[in-house]
Amino acid sequence: MTDALPPMIEMRHVAKAFGDKTVLRDVHLSIPRGTSMVIIGGSGSGKSVTLKCILGLIEPDAGQIFVDGHDMHEGDRDAFLARFGMLFQGGALFDSLPVWQNVAFRLLRGALKRPKREAREIAIEKLRRVGLTPDVADAFPAELSGGMQKRVGLARAIAADPEIIFFDEPTTGLDPIMAGVINDLIREIVTEMGATAMTITHDMSSVRAIADDVAMLHDGVIKWTGPVAEMDRAADPYLQQFIHGRAEGPIEAVR
Amino acid sequence: MSLATPLALIGRAALGLLAAIGRVALFACAAISHVVRPPVYGREFLNALLQIGWLSLPVVGLTAVFTGGALALQIYSGGARFNAEAVVPQIVAIGMVRELGPVLVGLMIAARVTSSIAAEIATMKVTEQIDALVTLSTHPMKYLVVPRLLAALIVVPLLVAVGDVIGIFGGYFVATGSLGFNPAAYLENTVDFLEPLDIVSSLVKGCAFGGIAALMGCFYGMQSGRGAQGVGRATKGSVEAAAVLILAANFLLTGVFFSI
Repeated sequence: MTDALPPMIEMRHVAKAFGDKTVLRDVHLSIPRGTSMVIIGGSGSGKSVTLKCILGLIEPDAGQIFVDGHDMHEGDRDAFLARFGMLFQGGALFDSLPVWQNVAFRLLRGALKRPKREAREIAIEKLRRVGLTPDVADAFPAELSGGMQKRVGLARAIAADPEIIFFDEPTTGLDPIMAGVINDLIREIVTEMGATAMTITHDMSSVRAIADDVAMLHDGVIKWTGPVAEMDRAADPYLQQFIHGRAEGPIEAVR
Repeated sequence: MSLATPLALIGRAALGLLAAIGRVALFACAAISHVVRPPVYGREFLNALLQIGWLSLPVVGLTAVFTGGALALQIYSGGARFNAEAVVPQIVAIGMVRELGPVLVGLMIAARVTSSIAAEIATMKVTEQIDALVTLSTHPMKYLVVPRLLAALIVVPLLVAVGDVIGIFGGYFVATGSLGFNPAAYLENTVDFLEPLDIVSSLVKGCAFGGIAALMGCFYGMQSGRGAQGVGRATKGSVEAAAVLILAANFLLTGVFFSI
């Protein structure tokens, strides 16, 4: 039954250059619905650009992107974006708003607008889900630690129960214990919501904790993709160099 | 080669200037088109009114009162050279209402509000908050630009009116306190001398300068480059552009209102 449905996200021949710097050359990627795909690759390999192309934050120079079988440019843009939740690398919380209004941002305006009290209750429930107590709700983002800001960002990403959740470097800047906590939270939330998830990271512990499938992006193309269980056995030399963090190999390291 | 190089530099600078004007014009058109389309974010608009209007009152008031006082002293000492000391109330009134009130308030708004808007929006861009707005189905133009632009268009003329009045009273206090003018006669001369066109021109200038200040802050903030340097450049560029455009607009509007 599930096999008959189109992939939740599909990229075909996607290319993007900034001036004379080509970031994506010919990206093909397919993410089945309800699965968690992690894209790995070195810094500057185009992981964030890939993610932003899917959201429409960056317009690709060539290629097509389909979400749930439909070209991303078809239909209403707000309805399209309402299907997504996103956790940004630095949290991207709005400094001028208290935590609960950050979490409930989508529920306080636009098509999903609800009464303020209801939006606040949902925000507090989502904060609880990511391990934060209700007393955090009225604090401002600048008053929180990096780990707490990540949790608030995660709560905001899931506040409107999206079908697709993107995680941009979810553990960057966190200590190993907090990184483990965030990884476990992401895995639990994606599983319980049944959402399709796409994570970009170069943290291999995140990959092993979050991924159903892994895709490796290098030199503007997907070098390898497959289930996370097959990652260690794969013969691809780029993938092996990356996951083992070797300085020697086909990927040139700048010294 | 030696002749072509300076010409090429001039040409490149001219093309760069035209491209910048084009970008600002497109940005202004986009902002105006969003003003007339829902949704309108009322809370952000009220916050912008507070930030641009209410919180600018102290700096506007102080600027105006000192300028009005200094103007009275200058006119009195200058007028004494040809026995025209008595024109202090009239010249302070016309100087403040037609010219100094709007220009000084405009420049103060450029310094205080344009810089603040540019730095805030540029920081939001650098920290991906603008991208976050988009992913939360909120158009940055509607959420960040329109409330600030509308608020500035409405509140800066009011600030100019307040500045005009305070500036006139700055002159009044100096003239009556230390130059020996009769208080009642001073006020009577001021009111009698001002014409409706003086006040209309002052308010129209305030509206134009408010629009320029908000637009430049938003434009430079949205166009900001990466990192702290990007935010710094955006802030500096916004204040420079706003100040120059306000002075240019002042010249043009003065010509429109008062050229014979």
